[in-house]
Amino acid sequence: MPGAIHAEGLVKTFGDVRALDGVDLDVPEGTVLGLLGPNGAGKTTTVRCLTTLLRPDSGKAVVAGVDVLKDPDAVRRSIGLSGQFAAVDEYLTGRENLQMVGQLYQMRSKAAKARAGELLEQFNLADAADRPAKTYSGGMRRRLDLAAALVVSPPVMFMDEPTTGLDPRNRQQLWEVIKQLVSGGTTLLLTTQYLEEADHLAHDIAVVDHGRVIAKGTSDQLKARTGGERVEVVVHEREHITSAGEVLRGFGKGEVTVEDHTRKLTVPVTGGAKLLAEIIRELDTRGIEIDDIGLRRPTLDDVFLSLTGHVAETAAQDEANGKEAVK
Amino acid sequence: MSAVNDSLVVARRNLIRMGRIPEMLVFGLIQPIMFVVLFTYVFGGSIQVGSSNSTQAYREFLMAGIFAQTVTFATAGAGAGIADDMHKGLIDRFRSLPMARGAVLTGRTLADLVQTALTLVVLAVVALIVGWRTHENFAKVLAGFGLLLLLGYAFSWIGALIGLSVRTPEAATSGGLIWLFPLTFISNAFVDANQMPSFLRHIAEWNPFSATVQASRELFGNLPPGFQASSAWPMQHPVWASLTWSVVIILVFRTLAVRKYRSTTA
Repeated sequence: MPGAIHAEGLVKTFGDVRALDGVDLDVPEGTVLGLLGPNGAGKTTTVRCLTTLLRPDSGKAVVAGVDVLKDPDAVRRSIGLSGQFAAVDEYLTGRENLQMVGQLYQMRSKAAKARAGELLEQFNLADAADRPAKTYSGGMRRRLDLAAALVVSPPVMFMDEPTTGLDPRNRQQLWEVIKQLVSGGTTLLLTTQYLEEADHLAHDIAVVDHGRVIAKGTSDQLKARTGGERVEVVVHEREHITSAGEVLRGFGKGEVTVEDHTRKLTVPVTGGAKLLAEIIRELDTRGIEIDDIGLRRPTLDDVFLSLTGHVAETAAQDEANGKEAVK
Repeated sequence: MSAVNDSLVVARRNLIRMGRIPEMLVFGLIQPIMFVVLFTYVFGGSIQVGSSNSTQAYREFLMAGIFAQTVTFATAGAGAGIADDMHKGLIDRFRSLPMARGAVLTGRTLADLVQTALTLVVLAVVALIVGWRTHENFAKVLAGFGLLLLLGYAFSWIGALIGLSVRTPEAATSGGLIWLFPLTFISNAFVDANQMPSFLRHIAEWNPFSATVQASRELFGNLPPGFQASSAWPMQHPVWASLTWSVVIILVFRTLAVRKYRSTTA
């Protein structure tokens, strides 16, 4: 049985750019799929196709049991969308924004008003409810945008890079909100550039690149393919590279790679911070002076590097895609 | 039903915005007020209409023209507003909602209609101050303003189509304005079209804009003494011509604008 969100072979081209090159997705009901990829990978275009904002050139999409191409209006009744640019009217107050969205979801004016009040409480915006949204901070705007997507408590939610551009504190807050939401049984498709975010929120992760899903799996599965944590050491003297290499080989779980000209050594490890302390102690004992040492967790770049052999491109291509899509 | 409701919800949103950006309304008023004052005092003495030489006759003749020009200039505002909406995230929200497709545009044009009506009220007061008077009963005067508002509403749909077709609000503003100058000047708004070279005179007589000017001029009782209306059909039956033109413009441009809006949607 297909999931709450199901896509098969979605293709979308903008001029010469093949933004989507056959995307297949399946999100079982009540789960969260993280769509992970760099700028220009096709994340936003995928979301736009699934939320009826863009018509794919070919392929099939079913959301909440309804064919997106055949009955877009029925899909619109069952979805909530929260974008990467907070889609609220700056000159309207938080309350007016939510009430308007409620009415456009065909709620009666009274019901929309009551619902707006509830959401403002829930999203910690009650104090700012009657101020125009342009006076809100970035984090507050995102929360308002998210609240707008939840006005009718839709069974299926789409969030396009919900935390891009937010500071760590606001990101953390938004994560908590999203987690609560998902624990209520909502199906969620979330796009992100941050592995950490997908790791935190998603049951499954689909990695996209050049308009295609290049890997699927849980975050652990993807990390296993990426090689997990690594320790990086930069030694002060070139002649210490060999002896430092011996130390790392003793602690590491794989081969030590050496970059001669930067005097940098890298080794995959398990054991985290505690191990790091031991390595420092050992290097010290041997009198090896170091310029820098650190524990590196796999990043999106690492995932990409291991999956595709190239670093995630922050391509100007996405700019072009985004603009085309908005037009 | 939901189409009406959704349009009103969107119109309300635009009216709230208008109230929060009052400078837009104020700037929208300055230009027509300047026209009233400049034309009355600068050109008023040297332009002759009908058989009368009096400045009062021109003053009264002029006002319908300036009112009509003012309502058509609202086109640019409608276009800029829609272009602005289209390039903000809010339009994606609207499109992802189960609302009537044309409501975003209809709501916008309705809000513009309210703004135009307010502008006309202020302008009429200024006109009264500089000496404009009507010479027909109240119902006819109201009907004259009704035709002006209908023309303004029709033109805001042209503005909507422009706003949907350009990339930036700035382009919508200038694109919404440039063609209005020849349209409003090659007309009977500021001078008696009978005195134009025949080529221009024909354009002026069949100009949709002229029909409304002529109609409201008649309904206000502002035709100068000895004024000979041309024999062209729209000038002989200006009320019907004005109504017909406005309705045709609404039908054509609403259809095109809504189609354009939808075609950029799924």
